[in-house]
Amino acid sequence: MTMANPSRRRFLKVLGASGAALLAGRKKAEASETHQVNNETIGMLYDATKCVGCKACMSACKRVNSDYGSLSYEQAKFDPDGLWDAPQDLTGSTRTLIKLFKESEKQWSYVKYSCMHCQKPSCVSVCPVSAMTRDAVTGTVDYNKNTCIGCRYCQIACAFNIPKFQWDRAIPQIVKCDLCKNTNLVKKGITACAETCPTGAIAFGKRKDLLAEAKKRLQERPGIYINHIYGEKEVGGTNHLYLAAMPFNKLGLPILQDEAPAEFSEKIQHTIYKGFIAPVALYSTLCFIAVRNMKKHGAEQQGQEKSKAGHGEGGK
Amino acid sequence: MSHDDYQIHRAKIMTPSFIFLLTLTLIGFALIGVRFVKGIGAVSNMSDGYPWGIWITYDVATGTAIACGGYAMAILIYIRNHMHYHPMIRSAILTSMFGYGLAGFSVMVDVGRPWNAYNFFIPSKWQANSAMFEVALCVMAYTTVLLLEFLPAVLTTLEKTQWRTLQLLLDMLYARMGMKRPERIGDRLDKVKDLAAWLKPRLDKVLIFVIVLGITLPTMHQSSLGSLLLIASTKLHPLWHTGFLPLLFLINCMFIGYSIAILESVISCYAFKRPYETKELSGMAQIIPWLTVIWLSVVVGDLVWRGQLAAALSFDFYSAFFLLEFCLVAGGSLLMFSGKKRASIRWLFISAALIVLGGALYRFNVYLIGFNPGKGWHYFPALAELLITVGIVAFEILGYQVLVKILPVLPKLHTRQQLDDHK
Repeated sequence: MTMANPSRRRFLKVLGASGAALLAGRKKAEASETHQVNNETIGMLYDATKCVGCKACMSACKRVNSDYGSLSYEQAKFDPDGLWDAPQDLTGSTRTLIKLFKESEKQWSYVKYSCMHCQKPSCVSVCPVSAMTRDAVTGTVDYNKNTCIGCRYCQIACAFNIPKFQWDRAIPQIVKCDLCKNTNLVKKGITACAETCPTGAIAFGKRKDLLAEAKKRLQERPGIYINHIYGEKEVGGTNHLYLAAMPFNKLGLPILQDEAPAEFSEKIQHTIYKGFIAPVALYSTLCFIAVRNMKKHGAEQQGQEKSKAGHGEGGK
Repeated sequence: MSHDDYQIHRAKIMTPSFIFLLTLTLIGFALIGVRFVKGIGAVSNMSDGYPWGIWITYDVATGTAIACGGYAMAILIYIRNHMHYHPMIRSAILTSMFGYGLAGFSVMVDVGRPWNAYNFFIPSKWQANSAMFEVALCVMAYTTVLLLEFLPAVLTTLEKTQWRTLQLLLDMLYARMGMKRPERIGDRLDKVKDLAAWLKPRLDKVLIFVIVLGITLPTMHQSSLGSLLLIASTKLHPLWHTGFLPLLFLINCMFIGYSIAILESVISCYAFKRPYETKELSGMAQIIPWLTVIWLSVVVGDLVWRGQLAAALSFDFYSAFFLLEFCLVAGGSLLMFSGKKRASIRWLFISAALIVLGGALYRFNVYLIGFNPGKGWHYFPALAELLITVGIVAFEILGYQVLVKILPVLPKLHTRQQLDDHK
């Protein structure tokens, strides 16, 4: 009896502490669950009306990032000598791409594809081993091939179909823009594509400055642009922003809701697995039922065995 | 639990079906070799738009549901306390073990950088937001649990074995080498036997906690297999994209589990020329329609609530696949509601097959058919890709066929009255 008291007190203490920890954890989780846009992060503004389709950004990207991103040149069918790099789409060797969308002789537009660097990225949310990460300060969504298992869930999750996989290699990896995080940005403080662009179609800077610039342009030349900054609100906001004279969905940029898909999926996953309470409760309840059933059954079986005593093999 | 509910099926291992399955397995594994040398693109039609093909859709998402026989039987026996089904559980666990083990193997074929998989065990890399993380850990844990659950069958055999084949083989080898066989090999073999005899009663004591873990883990990861597609809100067709995906996948794996247990029993009794377990099967079939009714109600209620009912009845491509899945499950359940049909092995087989097909089609719809990444992307599996899946399935059946002939897996005949019918 003398031992019972302190141990019980200790038990209560542990219980109280873990309860407090649970509460604290919950508060933290709730804070992170309501997604907030950070406009101090860095990104790019692509203005389709200024782009002349010279593709200097594409070649600069590949030149600067080829070694680091293990990018190779892609041959066109008409070019057996391999004189040009001719990617048809973003691929396992191409992180940025210029495309032309032509509706009629007067209605056409270039568009640049590369990672949108979402404020609440789906790829980061789904990666099972944290190979996709979002830098808390810069907002850059980066990929680490040394932890990636190659499951391609990021490709399933990305609403923009940005992450690309190297299907033709025995040792493949995911390829996507990382804002020259380890290459041009370190050396020159600007992404290679924005540095190279001869017409100023690609602006590089903090998200708040890019948004202000985009709003200014919309105000100054209202007749030219579609009155919308693509990426300002889409999927919770992206750091790669777009201005264009043609509807964005015609340029291959999908019409998306303001809520980040990752918020929806995480809400459900967190509800089921909050504090790991539900699985533990399920396991203990099932254990209780199963052990009770076994005991009942064991008693019955023993009764049966006694009644037919002499039968050689025992059940237990 | 009693270990003499089971018996070894005494029959020849080298049958024509064995050779046929072995051929398919070897072709599949040769193509897996090609995949590792030349990249995934060399054997599959997967693309950046459809990064998950038939391997994930069939081998993992559907294959593990089909391997839920062990899960469904464990609920029935240990939780709902129907101990008279106990003789059927070992074969169900064996198929589950193969299903899950090979699903894990398929994942290792499918992922691009499998050598990094150790990151699942490094806490700093854990990513609890990811349904994939949950599925991966749970499936690994459950495969271990299945191995433990199956271990008694191996231990019983080890305990009683005379090592006849091994002795013969050793004698032959030593004779060939012109040496005398040393005594200590026999001692070592005896030690293994002793260890098995020592381990078995101890395992028996804790086995129930392992079994209950084997019920908890599939509940978790089968629902998470549905959660995997929650994120694809812009790509998965609204007929299937719903917050209820985890619940629907969970109920779906349960009714597939019971139905597949029926199919497996009928097929193995037919193939091994044993009497059908009609009484047990029709009892089990009673549960299935209730599960499917709950499932179908959630499906329809959710469609009504999200205003997608018109889309479901529009008879376009997606609606057609939805209706097919719906009718297969509903049709099979209707048949199973009738007590008369349940008493007939033929109707049991047909209705269970319809429900498994419908339930599996649901998973195909969610992972592939209802998945549309945007304009310009198409997917249909390549021949080599299909042959790899076929090879893995063939290996599964092959392993089952061989193991029931060397380990006590199938229900012992004299424990049931059907023995009389058989005679």
